[in-house]
Amino acid sequence: MSDPTHLSLAEARDALKSKKLSAVELTQAHIGAIEKSRALNCFITETPELALAQARESDARIARGEARPLEGLPLGIKDLYCTKGVRTTAASRILDDFTPTYESTVSANLLGDGAVTLGKLNLDEFAMGSSNETSAFGPVVSPWRRAGDPDAKIVPGGSSGGSSAAVAAHLCLGATATDTGGSIRQPAAFTGAVGVKPTYGRCSRWGIVAFASSLDQAGPITRTVRDAAIMLKSMAGHDPKDTTSVDALVPDYEAAVGASVKGRRIGVPKEYRIDGMSAEIAALWDRGAAWLKDAGAEIVEISLPHTRYALPTYYIIAPAEASSNLARYDGVRYGRREQGRDVIDMYEKTRAAGFGPEVRRRIMIGTYVLSAGYYDAYYVRAQKVRSLIKRDFDEAFASGVDAVLTPATPSTAFAQGEKGAADPVEMYLNDVFTVTVNMAGLPGVAVPGGLAANGLPLSLQLIGKPFDEETLFSLAAAIEAAAPKIEFPQPWWREG
Amino acid sequence: MATQAAPTKFIKGATGDWEVVIGMEIHAQVTSNAKLFSGASAEFGGAPNDHVSLVDAAMPGMLPVINEECVKQAIRTGLGLEAKINLRSVFDRKNYFYPDLPQGYQISQYKYPIVGEGEVIVDVSPTERIMVGIERLHLEQDAGKSLHDLSATESHVDLNRSGVALMEIVSKPDMRSAEEARAYVSKLRTILRYIGSCDGNMEQGSLRADVNVSVRKPGDPLGTRCEIKNVNSIRFIGQAIEVEARRQIGILEDGGSIEQETRLFDPSKGETRSMRSKEEAHDYRYFPDPDLLPLEFDQPYVDALKAQLPELPDAKRARFIEQYGLPPYDAGVLVMERAAADYFEETAKGRDAKLAANWVINELFGRLNKEGLDVASSPVSSKALGAIVDLISQSVISGKIAKDLFEIVWTEGGDPKEIVEARGMKQVTDTGAIEAAVDAVIAANPDKVDQAKAKPTMLGWFVGQVMKQTGGKANPQAVNELLKHKLGV
Repeated sequence: MSDPTHLSLAEARDALKSKKLSAVELTQAHIGAIEKSRALNCFITETPELALAQARESDARIARGEARPLEGLPLGIKDLYCTKGVRTTAASRILDDFTPTYESTVSANLLGDGAVTLGKLNLDEFAMGSSNETSAFGPVVSPWRRAGDPDAKIVPGGSSGGSSAAVAAHLCLGATATDTGGSIRQPAAFTGAVGVKPTYGRCSRWGIVAFASSLDQAGPITRTVRDAAIMLKSMAGHDPKDTTSVDALVPDYEAAVGASVKGRRIGVPKEYRIDGMSAEIAALWDRGAAWLKDAGAEIVEISLPHTRYALPTYYIIAPAEASSNLARYDGVRYGRREQGRDVIDMYEKTRAAGFGPEVRRRIMIGTYVLSAGYYDAYYVRAQKVRSLIKRDFDEAFASGVDAVLTPATPSTAFAQGEKGAADPVEMYLNDVFTVTVNMAGLPGVAVPGGLAANGLPLSLQLIGKPFDEETLFSLAAAIEAAAPKIEFPQPWWREG
Repeated sequence: MATQAAPTKFIKGATGDWEVVIGMEIHAQVTSNAKLFSGASAEFGGAPNDHVSLVDAAMPGMLPVINEECVKQAIRTGLGLEAKINLRSVFDRKNYFYPDLPQGYQISQYKYPIVGEGEVIVDVSPTERIMVGIERLHLEQDAGKSLHDLSATESHVDLNRSGVALMEIVSKPDMRSAEEARAYVSKLRTILRYIGSCDGNMEQGSLRADVNVSVRKPGDPLGTRCEIKNVNSIRFIGQAIEVEARRQIGILEDGGSIEQETRLFDPSKGETRSMRSKEEAHDYRYFPDPDLLPLEFDQPYVDALKAQLPELPDAKRARFIEQYGLPPYDAGVLVMERAAADYFEETAKGRDAKLAANWVINELFGRLNKEGLDVASSPVSSKALGAIVDLISQSVISGKIAKDLFEIVWTEGGDPKEIVEARGMKQVTDTGAIEAAVDAVIAANPDKVDQAKAKPTMLGWFVGQVMKQTGGKANPQAVNELLKHKLGV
């Protein structure tokens, strides 16, 4: 058999089931690829021995005819998910060598379905960033290179950059990720992968290091739509330990892949045609609409009038929640502690040394917008705008639209150091098409639509009704089928 | 302010009368097996950090889940305070850094508490009742405990209490004396104990009070208040108010002004001292906790809890007055503790209720107080006391003998009726025997007989002599009648 890391998750599953391949062989192949790909810096912690032990167990189960839905399939876990007995860092110095005694619900769901876990994937520190450059463990390098510019290190997007790069570089069959303002969809878009941010409440947040609790949601990054559907089925579900998780039936998402999209009404929001949108992105968007139309869907223009307020509003709400969520990293109970003259001095030294500049900036913004005298002007108003953004979508869906089509990102991936060095807002603008979805708690999918002239992937975003991920999977599959097939890069980065 | 105190409650200052205005925030630990947002035990004590879950220690990725039992207790308490129950309330985060606050914020209710306005009837004295308004009741988490004396260079933190559910009960500034404030806390504690939502144990910190005190000249607008934090006994609450009112009057009479601040009461020095001023007050950056949905329930849920509430002290007091014909004060004393009220009703059942009430209040409570016991651990059961009351009612023993009998039952136990039989404590009702004793006393004291004829109040002396002769067992009424007859008075 050829290189098993080049199988899709669905293909690998079927190969294991028909015993053409063993879980140990599949796992070993991925461990080998990871070892040769350290130049990409995808993993913060590799767990090859754990993975092989899980794979041996999977082979035993397959032999006994007791295979579970993800039996023996090697995945990567974003290092924001707490993993029992495996160091969990959130890509921050402040957690030091924190090793949880517990497993996050979503990763536990995957393990319970038989998945093999290869290790913990790099990310922006505390998931705050759009390029993976804020990681305390160094930036992740995308396997993609710009045409004619082999020296520029391209970013894999963020915050789930380790996840997207590892998937695109065939270091795992799929990866868990999290999305607060675009952290699944934007890195998926930057690497030609598929990224699904489910409806808020679809996946449990329990055991995932919190960034902004009202926006955070777990989801998969994979190389195909079908793979994402398979993974999400295992990840999703009600969890009594997370009050905001929703007790709703989790459908068989894989069955939606390939389902007809005939007669579906797709809204194209005029407000997303932002000033300065590149012709290439505009053309991609038009192509996406055409592909869906060809598949039998109806394209209608819609209006989401409060779209332009989404980004500034997001950058009030997310930091506000983060400033409070990150208060627990105080050097008292776990993680890093710097000695101080007294407790206040200890706090200040610990947090100054433990948090990187972007995290510190967001804590400062969040503290400011919640403080007396500013709370009403910033936080309360932002919440009002947030409900208007949600209402825009509610009205669009009420008018008969089944899903909304937009570009996933305003540009292709950029190179390290190109954006945000002087002005952080330049980096924040990456999320302009994705944040609205988190603000409204809706499901969103990024699906590749081809390559740009610079050789880097371009992606479309589909936004669905609450808990209607199925429609998104069928629409995303239609785009995937119509779009030029993404050929992931050859492993130029491999050592030896 | 609506109410003004009676002039008798004013404090005399150098420049005239002052009125003290008091409002209180009571923190009552909710009686529940588990903490407010985690499954960990809420039991008091245990080795440090024994009752700590991952949520209580604020481990990364942990989320709070509301404990429904605590919600029910808050609703029940709200009903007991005749208060508005809010069908929708919101949990907020109160952000501040402290080592015994693991999350870096306390989950509390700020804008939308679970319970709104209510009122409490407070018995200040046998003759005075006042109404104290309740502003709100909300649920919140307790913090852990910092221990600074275990090491010279380090502090230790015990998180056993971290996350335990508290009800903060905020009164209106409706109290006008230390006495009223003490009576309010006492009444609130009675209500909480009846409902079973808080054990009211101030020594263990289950009930703590923050006392807001201000003073003013009668008729003036409210003065600037100071908040005295964490006063942990009813006696200290009274003392703290008195010294704080005196301190404020002293400052104002010297031409100074009161600064709004938080103060601590030091019982050993009998003074309050500044903890932090208004300028140093924290900016808590309250905002709705995004980990928790708003707390919502419907009216039938509240109604079901209401239907299960026990009879509360005010209703019980009214019933005791009505059903047993007790004086209001006695009824009030009996209902202070639910167990005591139950004890009384068991004792009074099928008997002379007033007599039973006297025995419960005077003999039993007196003795329990002296020994520092509560009703539940009384050596004399309600059944035994009932039997003693029966023996008195049936004129088998006199009141005086009954006290001896009570003492025997208290110290030795046993069935009162059998003790009376076995020890020959029955009072003598045989008129022949009494008459003999009466005749003997008359015969021995001819001079006193003459005096008695002139001055009928001498009769008492004769009664005493007869009782002495009969070892206290003669029926006093029979003695009285015979004497009257024989002496011709």
